[in-house]
Amino acid sequence: MKNRFLKATFAIVLIGAYFVSCKPKNTSDVAVGDAAQRVYVAPGKYDEFYNFVSGGFSGQMSIYGLPSGRMLKVIPIFSQDPESGWGYSEETKPMLNTSEGYIPWDDQHHLELSQTNGEVDGRWIFANANNTPRIARVDLKRFKTAEILELPNSAGNHSSPFITENTEYVVAGTRFGVPGDYEDGDVPINTYKKNFKAHISFIKVDKESGEMDLSFQLRLPGVNFDLSHAGKGKSHGWFFFTCYNSELANTLLEVNASQNDKDFIMAVNWKKAEEYIKAGKGKIEKARYAHNTWDDETHTGKSVIKEEVLVLDATALKDIVYLMPCPKSPHGCDVDPTGEYIVGSGKLAALIPVFSYTKMLAAIDKKDFEGDYEGIPVLKYNSVLHGEVQKPGLGPLHTEFDGKGNAYSTMFVSSEVVKWDIKTLKVLDRHPTYYSPGHLSIPGGDSKKPFGKYMVVYNKITKDRYLPTGPELTQSAQLFDISGDKMQLLLDYPTIGEPHYAQSAPADLIRNNGQLKIYDIKKNNHPRVSKGEKDTKVVREGNKVHVYMTMIRSHFAPDNIEGIKVGDEVYFHVTNLEQDWDVPHGFSIRRANAAELLIMPGETSTLYWKPTKVGIVPFYCTDFCSALHQEMSGYLRVSPAGSNVPISYSLGTNLPASSK
Amino acid sequence: MKTTNLSLVSKVMLLIVGILFIASLFLPLWRIELDAPQYPEGLTLQLHANKIAGDVNIINGLNHYIGMATLHTENFFEFKILPYIFGAFGLIAFALIFINRRKAVLVFLITFVLFIALSAVDFYRWNYEYGHNLDPNAAIIVPGMAYQPPLLGFKQLLNFGAYSIPDVGGWLLTGAGLLLATIVWVEYKYKKTT
Repeated sequence: MKNRFLKATFAIVLIGAYFVSCKPKNTSDVAVGDAAQRVYVAPGKYDEFYNFVSGGFSGQMSIYGLPSGRMLKVIPIFSQDPESGWGYSEETKPMLNTSEGYIPWDDQHHLELSQTNGEVDGRWIFANANNTPRIARVDLKRFKTAEILELPNSAGNHSSPFITENTEYVVAGTRFGVPGDYEDGDVPINTYKKNFKAHISFIKVDKESGEMDLSFQLRLPGVNFDLSHAGKGKSHGWFFFTCYNSELANTLLEVNASQNDKDFIMAVNWKKAEEYIKAGKGKIEKARYAHNTWDDETHTGKSVIKEEVLVLDATALKDIVYLMPCPKSPHGCDVDPTGEYIVGSGKLAALIPVFSYTKMLAAIDKKDFEGDYEGIPVLKYNSVLHGEVQKPGLGPLHTEFDGKGNAYSTMFVSSEVVKWDIKTLKVLDRHPTYYSPGHLSIPGGDSKKPFGKYMVVYNKITKDRYLPTGPELTQSAQLFDISGDKMQLLLDYPTIGEPHYAQSAPADLIRNNGQLKIYDIKKNNHPRVSKGEKDTKVVREGNKVHVYMTMIRSHFAPDNIEGIKVGDEVYFHVTNLEQDWDVPHGFSIRRANAAELLIMPGETSTLYWKPTKVGIVPFYCTDFCSALHQEMSGYLRVSPAGSNVPISYSLGTNLPASSK
Repeated sequence: MKTTNLSLVSKVMLLIVGILFIASLFLPLWRIELDAPQYPEGLTLQLHANKIAGDVNIINGLNHYIGMATLHTENFFEFKILPYIFGAFGLIAFALIFINRRKAVLVFLITFVLFIALSAVDFYRWNYEYGHNLDPNAAIIVPGMAYQPPLLGFKQLLNFGAYSIPDVGGWLLTGAGLLLATIVWVEYKYKKTT
């Protein structure tokens, strides 16, 4: 009896131990043993790659080094940035101007490095604004936003900014169909099918200057365009867009836009579209959109409102767009380095379809259509399909390539990244991510020449991966080594905002692109620059006072200012006279209803300030510039409105004598 | 008398000496390299025959903390006359080919050496002047501290290490001097008996 009891207990313990051992291993022991060495970049040494990461709802772009995951910089693009004065200084305000005035925030999702011959060239990086549709160009010599172009007829600028292989075009597709700006938008929402249209923008990029120009828009049915990528190599001349909501639902989309078994990947023959434009098939429509450009010599942004856009009705012209059926609300739309394979990631599908460009051309040639959708020919699924990756995981979202014939796809629902062979469609490896990955990024991973080696996966949920920080937790990047057969997890590191797409380039490509160290003060053409302390002055024009000020280690000129009155509008035009690398100066003034100015060597920047109180107001340098940084300060006297204290200003002496 | 004529080799060397003098007009003669923890890339002051070049403005900016006078090309009469001296040296070297007398070369060599010695004294004098004549109201005053850069070689001046050496033009002049000395030596030692 006792013996049986003991045996039974022993059996239960064994069974229990078995089940416990079946439980997947704790996440903490998943990284490879020598991971620390492989991500360690010794002090003073450089990372191998620049990693440009979208800032999501921060509106900015952050830059990290790989493999260390060290953050190098955040570049303000679509949101105000008090740290640098972006959107606060008079010069930068026009950069955030739109057809509806100044907008201080946006949601930045995708980035794309400029390319030449399908390879990353390290000149510019393009960024999208999702909420108020805009595309920005960041100059990688200056690491500064150089241009922002607003897009008319667009809402939810999500499938952007993807580029063609020589940066001929940046495209921007709308996630939300809406009535065009040139149409009457005051319509019942339930007339969606009739009145809501999607517009895809083709933005021409100047080869030399990089300046953008909205070349034309394609008018399309009001489906939700989600993501896109250009054809490359053999498929150069085509652009591919995923779309969902082919149901054209306008309410409870999570159900109503998930009804159709297949939505589409839309293939656009943009070379053909160019021909139609040349043949005069486009129609000039009224529009209002801002084009904001930064001038490096005046250190000032300029906003111009444009009034027209060329629209090409894609449904009326039968041979510029074709639809390829793609299972279940496809999200990612990725083209492999050869340009032959187009991967659609149906986020609700249990497989990943891979389409063949060659088969697509043949099917178009044979008119192998299964019908049409809202006037656009729909190709037969089996005629254009290269094959399906079976059981890749749950919730496929995005795919990147290593240039060695492999594809890597993120699985949002099953929280893993899956490596598969593009030709055979066999799954080769899978690795959990922590948790729920969105985008992934391999250096050059969407170009003709991926650099491989590393892969970064951007997760939406971190839960227990970091020290808790209240209800809002950090978002996270996970670095993998993909140089071997098996993906190896090396490092977790937190990011700003919410990271979506990211791009990476070899460090030398960016580092040796002619990086700017200072702005040449001789070329400073700011209308209110002071090129030396002799040029500084304070000028009253009615109730406006212009202070022409300079800064150099370790003083402002002038640093004593009198004659300012309550109710005046004061403009500080501050020039940093330094011509030395890494010597910015900051300028802040007590109770100013703005941010500081952070002024680079040779730059002029302007702070607007309206004094409301009588008294002495100090101002000081905010960037610890030198041993005597704390001395870099000054005083400004504010007198009552109507006071007769004259304007005076000085440095090092007390002027005027009467004010002693 | 024939024995005092110059050999063809010496004449070619004189031609080279002339070219070196002329070339040094267009190249920096001397450099003072400065580095500090904050300037790992280093700052350089380059002295040409006719100007001060390099990171002059940055160095002037930094020197104001210790009250050193700012450096300006126009404050040194040397930069007005040096180009003429080197030009003249070049022309003399060419002329010596035609003068064709070893004694003339010897005189030129002695003149050049005296000139170099004089220049070194002048350079030292300026270094002393700038290193010691400091503004009494300067922000940083270290009792007993002077900031005279070394005439040649390395010296630590507060956080800056100063390294004073000939630049390309200076090496060309050194080469010219050595060539002249070689000519004199060869002409006097080996041609006595011929």
